[in-house]
Amino acid sequence: MTLFAAARTATRISAPTHYTATAVILHWMMALLIIGALCVGWTMADLPLSPTRVRLFNYHKWVGITILSLAAARLLWRLFHQPPPLPDALPSWQRRAARAVHRLLYALFFAAPLAGWAFTSAAGFPVVYLGVIPLPDWVPVDKVLAEQLATLHAVLAYGLAAVVALHIAATIKHALEERAAGCMRRMLALRP
Amino acid sequence: MHVRRLVPALAGAVAFAVAPPTASAAQKIVPAQSEVSFVSKQMGVPVQGKFERFDGQVNIDPARPESGRVSFTVDLSSVAIATAEAVAELKKPDWFGVAKFPAATFQSSSIKSLGNNRIDVIGKLTIKGITNEIHVPMTLAQQGGTLKASGEFTIKRLDYKIGAGEWGDTSLVANEVVVKPRLTLQGVPTQ
Repeated sequence: MTLFAAARTATRISAPTHYTATAVILHWMMALLIIGALCVGWTMADLPLSPTRVRLFNYHKWVGITILSLAAARLLWRLFHQPPPLPDALPSWQRRAARAVHRLLYALFFAAPLAGWAFTSAAGFPVVYLGVIPLPDWVPVDKVLAEQLATLHAVLAYGLAAVVALHIAATIKHALEERAAGCMRRMLALRP
Repeated sequence: MHVRRLVPALAGAVAFAVAPPTASAAQKIVPAQSEVSFVSKQMGVPVQGKFERFDGQVNIDPARPESGRVSFTVDLSSVAIATAEAVAELKKPDWFGVAKFPAATFQSSSIKSLGNNRIDVIGKLTIKGITNEIHVPMTLAQQGGTLKASGEFTIKRLDYKIGAGEWGDTSLVANEVVVKPRLTLQGVPTQ
């Protein structure tokens, strides 16, 4: 047994087999909110001025701030709670891809809402969380800056949507593979 | 910013309404140093706006505020707010209805001294043909013949049918609108 393998086995013994309940709850809350924010954002962007548009924009902003807060909580939790290791059978390229996708997801959890917050501040519509708590503006009101931030927010949001899609696709792939492996084992087993 | 004569009929009405026998020569509003702004809240978010054109006949003697008179008109089609789309919306019949009601007018009935360079201008505000009595508390700061008068008052937009119809929900657009006149007047009597 190489030293590396020994180290990995040692880690495996102490490593958890599951995500903590907190991590699971944070994951699914954020999943729902991010998909919701993407759908509302996509819908509202081209609406003409109407009560519906004003409502959707504010809901979107509130959801975005909630995502940002949950992302901070989740990052802190993650730093102090080791996630379960990836399966040993996973090829190393997939291991690297999984790590890259997760890092990108975390980066976008922060970047996309922050760009949206800056955009709405620059546009002169500060965020009032849940219609009650006014949040500070950290960029000046500036039309040109607002347009640039709008583009940045859109790029980051599309990026987040793409990475989420990749994350879901990978999950489906592994789920199918596991099931396929099970099916094939049944088919390959020669029993009277 | 341009101060422009409004509809002639309106100007005539204002001129008729002013001209108090005891008043001194009319003071002049300095447009570049004057402003009529407002703040409205949309789902808690303060949205600022202002009117680019307004005019009026103002006579305020800080030494004897009670003798003063104020009549003021605001060209509602000169509204300026965050987006062009919102400006267009505000001119529609559900909001200001500028085609039918081009101006908002204020005509003072009395001015009370509140002491400490503060006055309360009481009068009638007319928007969209609806008239209500309002109080406009103002702070005065005089320097020679120039007087800065700034105030703040709150109106309920639905009292004047501003933002009726589908915008009538006050949880969407608050009923209260804060209006902030900041006027610079020249030709104020000096002691």
